[in-house]
Amino acid sequence: MEQKLQKQPKIFSKVPPEEYFVSGHRGCVGCGEALAVRLVCKALGPNVIIANATGCMEVVSSQLPNTAWGVPWIHTLFENTAAVASGIECGLKVLRKKGRYSNENTIVAAMAGDGGTADIGMQALSGALERGHRFVYICFDNEAYMNTGIQRSSTTPFGASTTTSPAGKKSIGQLTWKKDLPSIAIAHNIPYVATASPSYPFDLINKVKKATTMKGPSYLHVFSVCPTGWRSAPELAIELGRLAVKTGIFPLYEVENGVYKINHEPSKLDPVKDYLKLQGRFRHLSDDTIKEIEKRVNSNFIELKRKMMCDDMRVV
Amino acid sequence: MAQKIGMEVSIALGEAAKLANTDVIAAYPITPQTHIVEHIADMVANGEMDAEFITVESEHSAMSACLGSAAVGARTFTATAGQGLELMHEVLYVASALRFPIVMTVANRALSGPLNIWGDHSDVMATRDCGWIQFFVENGQEAFDLTLCAFRIAEDPTVMLPTMLSLDGFHLTHVVEPITLIEKSDVDKFIPPLKHPFALRPDKPVTMGAFAPPFIYTETKKIADEALRSSKKVIVSVWDEFGKRFGRHYNPVETYRTEDAKTLLLTMGSYSETAMVAIDNMRTKGEKVGLIHLRLWRPFPFAELKQTTENADNLFVLDRCISLGGPGGPVCSEIKAAFYDSQKKPSIIGFIGGLGGRDMTPGDFEYMTKRGKEIIQHGTKNEVEMIGVKE
Ligand SMILES: Cc1ncc(C[n+]2csc(CCOP(=O)(O)OP(=O)(O)O)c2C)c(N)n1
Ligand code: SF4
Ligand SMILES: [Mg+2]
Repeated sequence: MEQKLQKQPKIFSKVPPEEYFVSGHRGCVGCGEALAVRLVCKALGPNVIIANATGCMEVVSSQLPNTAWGVPWIHTLFENTAAVASGIECGLKVLRKKGRYSNENTIVAAMAGDGGTADIGMQALSGALERGHRFVYICFDNEAYMNTGIQRSSTTPFGASTTTSPAGKKSIGQLTWKKDLPSIAIAHNIPYVATASPSYPFDLINKVKKATTMKGPSYLHVFSVCPTGWRSAPELAIELGRLAVKTGIFPLYEVENGVYKINHEPSKLDPVKDYLKLQGRFRHLSDDTIKEIEKRVNSNFIELKRKMMCDDMRVV
Repeated sequence: MAQKIGMEVSIALGEAAKLANTDVIAAYPITPQTHIVEHIADMVANGEMDAEFITVESEHSAMSACLGSAAVGARTFTATAGQGLELMHEVLYVASALRFPIVMTVANRALSGPLNIWGDHSDVMATRDCGWIQFFVENGQEAFDLTLCAFRIAEDPTVMLPTMLSLDGFHLTHVVEPITLIEKSDVDKFIPPLKHPFALRPDKPVTMGAFAPPFIYTETKKIADEALRSSKKVIVSVWDEFGKRFGRHYNPVETYRTEDAKTLLLTMGSYSETAMVAIDNMRTKGEKVGLIHLRLWRPFPFAELKQTTENADNLFVLDRCISLGGPGGPVCSEIKAAFYDSQKKPSIIGFIGGLGGRDMTPGDFEYMTKRGKEIIQHGTKNEVEMIGVKE
């Protein structure tokens, strides 16, 4: 399975040593989101301007008078990051046109959590994707509002217990299925959409790199393990990211100009239980519910393969 | 000197944004603001204006995109009204906290519900404490002139604050007035290019919008308050310079026939001109009345206001906004607070009128004067005095 990944065309074959999101921030031990941000920043490099939404990553990285950011960075609010990035992109464009900014290749990046993207920031994101700004939007999906204390979001998975979708005598926790954000991004007909995970760092770095070469908006959905919110062991963050891919819960794929490609296709999906049992947020689930989840995961994966096969036929 | 041209005030405002070399406009349509940004969109589409127009999907995103473009050092303009200003609300505070010199026109509009597209000051009064420089204009010429001044003030290196210019929806935005535009070369001399001291640049990375816990938040507010208060010096000097260059003079507080006046009316925005007609009428009947027109709202011109009322017995304040369940209108309660510590102060009575586009006639201002005196003599049981309300 790992070999399949190796066959990907590599822009990067090693992780760049430079750090732009430096240590000393206040993230929890074993935070997968902080690792994801760090890797994304390595891939973006120094010629970038980042707009960041309110959320864990903003709070842990920017407490006055300190900063973890080695690149120009702005945080304003929770739901407006794609709009702020729109303004940055247009600002740079007009300054270049008028000869007041000479750097042609500055990348504009927007970063937000799943809450800042799928829920409260959906409108601003949709507007920015539709307008076609040249920027990279990265959603760090830790499947809940972690910064405010583990409340459910629309990307919280079915059956997960959170503080606003608690499991109880009459509830199994979250009762809705994860909102499919990459598909929403794809529906905007933008040049590039991909899922990625820090558990597969080369794949992630290469996707970020590819996103920055696009002439329009690109959207990256990055799996971000949160040991605190998922009630999992901090040392398992990487392992959980791998299991999410191997079980088909979080497939790694990319859609370039409408063409689907699965970047890591297990020959057979592992049982979802391998993934669920390592997390306290799923501890209460019965075998029947786990079966239901597995059925859904399998059918989603088949659907993804169908889309890819349709594209393969189109290419032929 | 350029000659007067009859034009809709909204068009003149678009022309001001063009003359000021605006780089980025991010705006969303809402009546009665729309003509301003439609005109700008036209000029950009025709190549008459070298700017990026971001057709955002909401006012929240309009102001947010303004943050982004201001953060990279682009000259940024937007316009909105009523509900749009409310939707921007939380973003406004960030613009001032980050010291972004964004210029915004607000075409004052009543707030829902019930839905009402016509003018009053409820929208802008709800943003009173957002840390922006705020002024109210009286007519089309002033709207044009002070838009140019707004860029100059906002971008002054000692100010660096967003600036909001309020003009009455429809009563000003949609009327055709004779307006003297200013030559581009003269505007260029008046408004130097924007030099942002700490814009977002990869070769000089800065962190903007960091998070402030209790140990430092209070200090950030202290600085913001001092910055806004001390901007008054610059506002006055820019208006002075404008007067010297172009012959039209503006002050934080304007007076009309106040010299020997015992009773003063106080208004903001376009109703000041109606009130002047009422003052003239009452003067012919021998009443010693005068008018105070409050142009600068933030920073509040305490000293200038007190100076103008030194010899008056009565001060009757018109609010085009109501603080529901509160002390009447926001302007009057601020003015009462401003005078609280004064040894010698006029009797201050507040009136609410002109809500949701309801006209205020000169007769209404005469009623206000008469009723105010009655209240001072006999007192009243009314907690709030509303002009022209159908009971
Ligand atoms: C308008 C607004 N509503 C609510 C909040 C409170 N809030 C701050 S961060 C946050 C959750 C962030 O969740 P997410 O985007 O998933 O990021 P995470 O912290 O999980 O990384 C919430 C609800 C806010 N700051 N602003
Ligand atoms: S709560 Fe979760 S996402 Fe937030 S810093 Fe801790 S581990 Fe990371
Ligand atoms: Mg989250």
